[in-house]
Amino acid sequence: MFNANEILETINMISEENLDIRTITMGISLRDCASDSGKVARQKIYEKIVRYAHNLVKTGEDIERDFGIPIINKRISVTPIAIVAESSDEENYASFARVLDDAAKAVGVNFIGGFSALVHKGYTKGDRLLIRAIPEALSETERVCASVNVATTKAGINMDAVKEMGHIIKECAERSRDKGASACSKLVVFSNVPEDNPFMAGAFHGTGEPECVINVGVSGPGVVARALQELDGADFGTIAETIKKTAFKITRMGQLVAQEASNRLKVPFGIVDLSLAPTPAIGDSVARILEAMGLEKCGAHGTTAALALLNDAVKKGGVMASSYVGGLSGAFIPVSEDAGMVEAAISGALTIEKLEAMTCVCSVGLDMIAIPGDTPASTISAIIADEVAIGVVNGKTTAVRIIPVPGMKEGDVVEYGGLFGRAPIMRINPFSSEKFINRGGRIPAPLQSLKN
Amino acid sequence: MKAVITVIGRDKIGIIASVTGVLAKANVNILDISQTIMQNIFSMIMLVDISKMNCEFSELSDRLKQTAQELGVDIRFQREEIFTSMHRI
Repeated sequence: MFNANEILETINMISEENLDIRTITMGISLRDCASDSGKVARQKIYEKIVRYAHNLVKTGEDIERDFGIPIINKRISVTPIAIVAESSDEENYASFARVLDDAAKAVGVNFIGGFSALVHKGYTKGDRLLIRAIPEALSETERVCASVNVATTKAGINMDAVKEMGHIIKECAERSRDKGASACSKLVVFSNVPEDNPFMAGAFHGTGEPECVINVGVSGPGVVARALQELDGADFGTIAETIKKTAFKITRMGQLVAQEASNRLKVPFGIVDLSLAPTPAIGDSVARILEAMGLEKCGAHGTTAALALLNDAVKKGGVMASSYVGGLSGAFIPVSEDAGMVEAAISGALTIEKLEAMTCVCSVGLDMIAIPGDTPASTISAIIADEVAIGVVNGKTTAVRIIPVPGMKEGDVVEYGGLFGRAPIMRINPFSSEKFINRGGRIPAPLQSLKN
Repeated sequence: MKAVITVIGRDKIGIIASVTGVLAKANVNILDISQTIMQNIFSMIMLVDISKMNCEFSELSDRLKQTAQELGVDIRFQREEIFTSMHRI
């Protein structure tokens, strides 16, 4: 039969500890929507998205009600638009972003990802036009997210693209200056980007993916933090074991929801992404987990080791709980979206340099970090170069989602509200990287042996 | 198909009667009940069979929500799989 304690444990996780399914993301291939007429292509894109996803939001809500588990976001990812739009006569791809935005609104999803280009080895015509259109696309649409992959372990780093992205990020900030440069929060620069990530803003539907697929992202930093708070004085073996068991339970919930969504929508199940994704809500913070391990503030010495343990234990627990694991899978450490990170940054415990070190051992990278508005484009490019170098050399995904907020300087705080939270403007190293970034070209792929 | 109903709140007369009454009307069979009162807080967990339910899941869910409001307690109505998937391999 059933065990009352187990039932109450589950209910408690949901009602007290913010356990939720962070997103059900439907991946849709738009490869068959290409046309030599931009107008025809856009028509096909709109119709296909609405045809596949018209039931997505309702199905999500039904599952939410039947199982009593909150499903926070229903989203869509599509084939990188640079590929779909490339054969058209269009010069300004912002029109493709507008049609994605319209389709997202028509089916009621809050974000649509895939205004993307993969340029790790070089640009095609479509890639060039897409990247050029990003500032207009993100500042004039509401729900479209963009991403650009500038490096892979196998191809090295495209430093021309790294340089250009510095300027694109500045332009995005300028065009959305009245909203705290919010366009930058919808743009991610990647290395080793995964093709099946359900989390925004970096989601897109990769070219190796099927026609349509359901990917699910789970969350529950609050559950892990609570479990650790009860382990005062326990050794690291016990901590790792507790995180593994908790991650297992959280992920089983994701697996159940993914299968149910896949059955009800008659779309194949892709992957569960094991990431612990924080939200600005009190108690839903990854920083608090690290602090529960005994650090006075997130960012103190020892933070990287704590995060390494956390990330590894989450994967070990989650892998067995799901039949297919993919996406980013680890712990996210966005600054503005995590109340504990914001507090740590304001108190001076957490710096960009420490965050960079933390990204060596966890999924993704420098995420939702606000910096002074007068930061030069070349410095932003250099931050990207550092971050993707970590990804390329360590064979992992890294990313940069950074926000140079116009008119703001170190110590100010920018408020976004909702899921994006609030971000303190962090200190940037004032010395120039201009000459370095201006070199251009490619950094060759790293050696995969003789590891030291 | 089975579901789990949990009722948590301040103890008063008629909680079980009201909830089971709603279930009987919906043709839902109760398979197991466990109930305790700790420091005046009433908690009841029920396993029910909903395969012969004469209404939609959402409709019964709404009716139970209304009952919860009338009684001033918290009622959750969830498909059983969420618990089995989390706690059983």
